[in-house]
Amino acid sequence: MDAAEIHRRLRDKLGNSVLPEIKENEWPVIGVLPAAIAESCRLLRDDPETAFDCLSNLTAVDRKTDDLIDVYYHLYSYGHRHKVNLKVSCPRLDPALPTVSTIWPIGDWLEREAFDLMGVNFIGHGDLRRLLMPEDWVGHPLRKDFVEPEEYHGISTRRESLLKL
Amino acid sequence: MSLINTLPETVVTSKVDDVLNWTRKSSVWYMLFGLACCAIEMMQTGGPRSDLDRFGAVPRATPRVSDLIIVSGTLTLKMALRTKLLYEQMPDPKYAISMGSCANCGGLFQLAYSVCDGVDKVIPVDVYVPGCPPRPEALTEGLLKLQDKIQQERWLVRAPESAAV
Repeated sequence: MDAAEIHRRLRDKLGNSVLPEIKENEWPVIGVLPAAIAESCRLLRDDPETAFDCLSNLTAVDRKTDDLIDVYYHLYSYGHRHKVNLKVSCPRLDPALPTVSTIWPIGDWLEREAFDLMGVNFIGHGDLRRLLMPEDWVGHPLRKDFVEPEEYHGISTRRESLLKL
Repeated sequence: MSLINTLPETVVTSKVDDVLNWTRKSSVWYMLFGLACCAIEMMQTGGPRSDLDRFGAVPRATPRVSDLIIVSGTLTLKMALRTKLLYEQMPDPKYAISMGSCANCGGLFQLAYSVCDGVDKVIPVDVYVPGCPPRPEALTEGLLKLQDKIQQERWLVRAPESAAV
């Protein structure tokens, strides 16, 4: 099934929660409102015509100039071999989205990664701890305004250039 | 022809420190501490072709019975604290080899937010092995350098009068 058809089906069910335009791409991008993302994912997975059984990737982009954080859900169907990319924009100050870890178990770690590095809160996740950075780390390193701390537990994060030694 | 009962009685004189150091340097047990791609080269060094075992160095799985820690690979800040903890669990006298550019100074990743720029910020290092990653020959050379260092140590002989307090 091509992306336009998937988009049309999704809009039939969810109406204006699904944005009207679609960006044709290798992973065609469909915009969804934050409140409808979990519902769209569930519909896309459960509908046998679409059957997106794999959350291939979940990533986030910090659009500081627009004061937004975009979260992307790369979906893939092993049965139909079609793919689609759901995009959600949420406010940069307090990005919060419903979790998809109850829909695809891999969402657990992917959401923890997005939380760790970008500070996106996933409501209903249940175990939203840092995945890569230390547990007591302050800040989210992939945010554009992240400032690296001078030291961590007494370990300096600075080093003289080896050329100057 | 047999050598049995044919040799004259022989006395070899040496310093006690030299004998002790010779025994110590001939059984440097190293703790497996592979962190990244350097670990592959460390495995090769311990493997049949390079065979670190012929110098008396055998891998151990626990710090409690290790004399040497070979830090091989990129040290993240999260791992740095654990490295220190493991090093402190090793019984004295203990030694550390920093293997590869990442463990030496952060290497390729020294500007990354999550990387500790060099293991010498956390634990004292005896031998630095450069390379990205170092070949097994280089790590073997590093162990031989460490053996030289162990052989030079003086634990039992009295310090020279001038150095005495």
